[in-house]
Amino acid sequence: MSGLLKSSIARKVAMALSGLFLIIFLIQHFTINFTSVISADLFNEFSHFMGTNFVVQALLQPVLIFGVIFHFVMGFMLEIKNRQARGVKYVQFNGSANSSWASRNMIISGAVVLAFLALHFYDFWVPEMLYKYVEANPEDPSRYYAELVHKFESPVRTGIYALAFVLLAFHLWHGFSSAFQTMGVNNKYTPFIKKFGYTYAVVIPAGFIFIALFHYFNH
Amino acid sequence: MSVLESHIPEGPLAEKWTNHKNDINLVNPANKRNIDVIVVGTGLAGGSAAATLAELGYNVKTFCYQDSPRRAHSIAAQGGINAAKNYQGDGDSVYRLFYDTVKGGDYRSREANVYRLAEVSANIIDQCVAQGVPFAREYGGLLDNRSFGGVLVSRTFYAKGQTGQQLLLGAYAAMNRQINRGKITPFNRHEMLDLVVVDGKARGIIARNLVTGEIERHSAHAVVIASGGYGNVFFLSTNAMGSNVTAAWKIHKKGAFFANPCFTQIHPTCIPVSGDHQSKLTLMSESLRNDGRIWVPKKKEDAEAIRQGKLKPTELSEEDRDYYLERRYPSFGNLVPRDVASRAAKERCDAGYGVNKTGEAVFLDFESAIMRYGREKAVSSGNPDASDAEIRRLGEEIIESKYGNLFQMYEKIVDENPYKTPMKIYPAVHYTMGGVWVDYNLMTTIPGCYAAGEANFSDHGANRLGASALMQGLADGYFVLPYTIGDYLAKDIRTGEISTDLPEFEEAEKNVRDQIDRLVNNNGKHSVDYYHKKLGKIMWNKCGMARNAEGLKEAIEEIKALRDDFYANVKVPGEGNSKNTELEKAMRVADFLELGELFAKDALHRNESCGGHFREEYQTEEGEALRDDENFKYVAAWEYKGEPSEAVLHKEQLEYNNIELKTRSYK
Amino acid sequence: MNLKLKIWRQKDANTKGKMVDYQISDVSPDMSFLEMLDVLNEELIEKGEDPVEFDHDCREGICGSCSLQINGEPHGPDRGITTCQLHMRMFKDGDTITIEPFRAKAFPVIRDLIVDRSSFDRIQQAGGYISVNTSGNTIDANAIPVNKHDADKAFDAATCIGCGACVAACKNASAMLFTSAKVSQFALLPQGRVEATQRVLNMVKQMDLEGFGNCTNTGACEIECPKGISLENIARMNSEYLSASLEG
Repeated sequence: MSGLLKSSIARKVAMALSGLFLIIFLIQHFTINFTSVISADLFNEFSHFMGTNFVVQALLQPVLIFGVIFHFVMGFMLEIKNRQARGVKYVQFNGSANSSWASRNMIISGAVVLAFLALHFYDFWVPEMLYKYVEANPEDPSRYYAELVHKFESPVRTGIYALAFVLLAFHLWHGFSSAFQTMGVNNKYTPFIKKFGYTYAVVIPAGFIFIALFHYFNH
Repeated sequence: MSVLESHIPEGPLAEKWTNHKNDINLVNPANKRNIDVIVVGTGLAGGSAAATLAELGYNVKTFCYQDSPRRAHSIAAQGGINAAKNYQGDGDSVYRLFYDTVKGGDYRSREANVYRLAEVSANIIDQCVAQGVPFAREYGGLLDNRSFGGVLVSRTFYAKGQTGQQLLLGAYAAMNRQINRGKITPFNRHEMLDLVVVDGKARGIIARNLVTGEIERHSAHAVVIASGGYGNVFFLSTNAMGSNVTAAWKIHKKGAFFANPCFTQIHPTCIPVSGDHQSKLTLMSESLRNDGRIWVPKKKEDAEAIRQGKLKPTELSEEDRDYYLERRYPSFGNLVPRDVASRAAKERCDAGYGVNKTGEAVFLDFESAIMRYGREKAVSSGNPDASDAEIRRLGEEIIESKYGNLFQMYEKIVDENPYKTPMKIYPAVHYTMGGVWVDYNLMTTIPGCYAAGEANFSDHGANRLGASALMQGLADGYFVLPYTIGDYLAKDIRTGEISTDLPEFEEAEKNVRDQIDRLVNNNGKHSVDYYHKKLGKIMWNKCGMARNAEGLKEAIEEIKALRDDFYANVKVPGEGNSKNTELEKAMRVADFLELGELFAKDALHRNESCGGHFREEYQTEEGEALRDDENFKYVAAWEYKGEPSEAVLHKEQLEYNNIELKTRSYK
Repeated sequence: MNLKLKIWRQKDANTKGKMVDYQISDVSPDMSFLEMLDVLNEELIEKGEDPVEFDHDCREGICGSCSLQINGEPHGPDRGITTCQLHMRMFKDGDTITIEPFRAKAFPVIRDLIVDRSSFDRIQQAGGYISVNTSGNTIDANAIPVNKHDADKAFDAATCIGCGACVAACKNASAMLFTSAKVSQFALLPQGRVEATQRVLNMVKQMDLEGFGNCTNTGACEIECPKGISLENIARMNSEYLSASLEG
């Protein structure tokens, strides 16, 4: 990897590509989750398909996990390099005069999302893997909805969930259009990309929060 | 009095340069690898010379006091660069550029040099475009031109108001290419403090590393001085804070004659002085005079009211305004040469018509241009009945596209909006036509020591036309010096490497160390700036835009006394062996204090008025300059003899075979 | 007006520096920021102290010598100007002003507020030029028409003064805006296209070697740039770099 990603620009492009990949994944994840608001059966059906389909499980899932890990590891590596590039710190640094909080604190919003992902894996993915592959329990196409609802009974968990998505919104607010700039796209479409990115950054996390609150209040 | 040998080639004017190039001795490429050349100064002249010499194969060392060659003060030139391309088809030609330059210089420059300058001017544009200099273009994709003061054709190429910057970055890029190839070794943050002469030839320099304070010896087979002009002898000028005469003065003290020191250009369109804290003056490009009209109130009481803030200039009706340049010079109007425009402003202000608090400012008004352009635009965009407000808006847009960055700069400094109220301007020291005397090959009177760009006494005579400084710097550096220097170096191919252990290096280094020790240990009372400001006042008041014998005599005495006081009482904090800006300033001011006296001496001896040198005793009844071709048609080259007052005058008589000497008239 | 100044003082690259407080009175609003420092220095010299060292030269915003991080922003709170063009009318009586050098590992401090920006020169040396001989025997300047739009954009990129404010403002001390300005200028002109591939690879390589950080597109550089160099140039360099990498 180091050979391929020796230059700063190549590393940044890798960040942008993995980020865009995760952005696309997020749409898919959101769509399936959203079905839980509409109908339990529909949600179970989708979840079962995703949980048992060979292509999804054996090919897409590892790619996704790699994408997530890559994005985080790379993000931290860049952050360390960037901090080293300053050397002596400023006594006074007025970042808010020239840039947004979201753009300057991708590492914070990213780290919060990472912490949330750990919880998320602990809540859903690890039990799911145990259930299917370790304990080798029989298939139960209708268990997913109940599991989902169960997790959103706790107000603390729902609160943490919501908070994480607020930070994800900040992350996306900057990350979306930033990825395009890094890929070398800055032209007459840029204002549109920016607006689209801001909309995406608000709508998707707000949607996830809505789903969580929906289940919390409805059960 | 000895005769200076200018080495002007024989033959008809138009063939001199070509013939000369054909006759010049060449150095074979294998030998060039064994020859070192030092270039001091990395502006347009030094940077372009260094790049070309390195490209030819010489080993070049460059020296500049700035932290990068890119910061040399050529970068601040705004307006443009002249070239006899005749792209506009308005009758321009090499001869016309030559003629305009000699005439603009009030017939005090060398015909052959000026013709060569005009001849190579077109190459400069080709060269710079090939290097990627982004000159302004028209919609057809071809290069745009504009006109400048003192001429009747549009031959000025420009890059908005940043032409000097773009040309310098071009030369810097050419240097970088050679640095990358290992042919140029740059010594940035280094200041040359002496020239080393061995057996009568320039063989190296002593330089101070401005970061560590180390004194270094550098040897070479030839030394090129391209360190710019000495306008900072006036303290307040449009030069950079660090611009200095030191390199030129040191070679003068080692035997190079200094020519026409009193020929100084006062630029008419600068932002006026605002107070005692002022550290430098800011130029507003002369191109503004293309559209701006210069005026003062007709009545003294109106001027008084404006000075006190009781009356706004916009409230004054047309009849109450005196567009004095248009009145005095109907044919050139606001586009008269710089010296004429400057003196006219001074005349009005001295007569009591100045328009700012200090009484030293005139208006530069864009109102007519805004409305004229607005009307044209309204008509051409199919809206001939546009309202005044609409016309003004359109006009302001056009003015902004032409001068936007200058207007913005003005507003930042003065805190007034020049779209709404006329600018205030006043003349300021800007350029020095005088400098180190050089022959046709740009060699000084020290063999192996060359001077290029503003540092030499140059091709501008007694006054320089706008957009010609960049032209001369690049012509010298790209196209003249790299070839003429070969003629000298061809005889030096057997010399081999020059040792820096020679006694001459030792002695020069010792002198430098002694001066530094003396200044650092002086423990005096006053800062360097205290002396620099005093010197500036003497220069401005007595050797400025108008001079007279009495004032010049006083100036000579006052400068001498100030110099003695300086050495007795200057206070330089810190040490010599570290970064020490005050010490750097002290070394430079010490040289200005000597140059200033020679300046006054030269001005005193020149009993005529010509170009930038205006002696009050020599003027017509209408107040125009009165030249004396019979007695002063020569270059005054001064030889150093220990004290500026003892300098010996040498005359290089000027001959005009291709141009008729006339009284300059812009009426 | 009267002001309190907090200024970084550091004897040389190897000595540890610290912030030192100074009082200055009777500051005129018409003064430039550097003229205010001149006054301070005159007072310090008078008192027998070492004056504050800072870089400056043209004092008209074009040479790029002056730097200074003023109240946490390069070239201070005003926009579109360098420190030498910053006027004291931007401040109020009684203000405290913090003055630090531009901070970056690639800009080591030389003394007080002076930093070494030769890393910028080395980036330019790596490829910031068109390889044409300075013989003057090139083709006629008007032989290659250049689309005005491109020529104007190339000019806008070329107005970079190399002051380093982009690096100073960037939270990552990235030099992408500086590097991309030169890459863009030449990439937009037909004369520069010939070497475009090698140029961008070499310049980016040198930029990385100098220890500048990575661009995270915060946009601070564009806002603080005294010449308003656009982020568009960074995007252009990114795409030039990508296609050059794929080609190479």
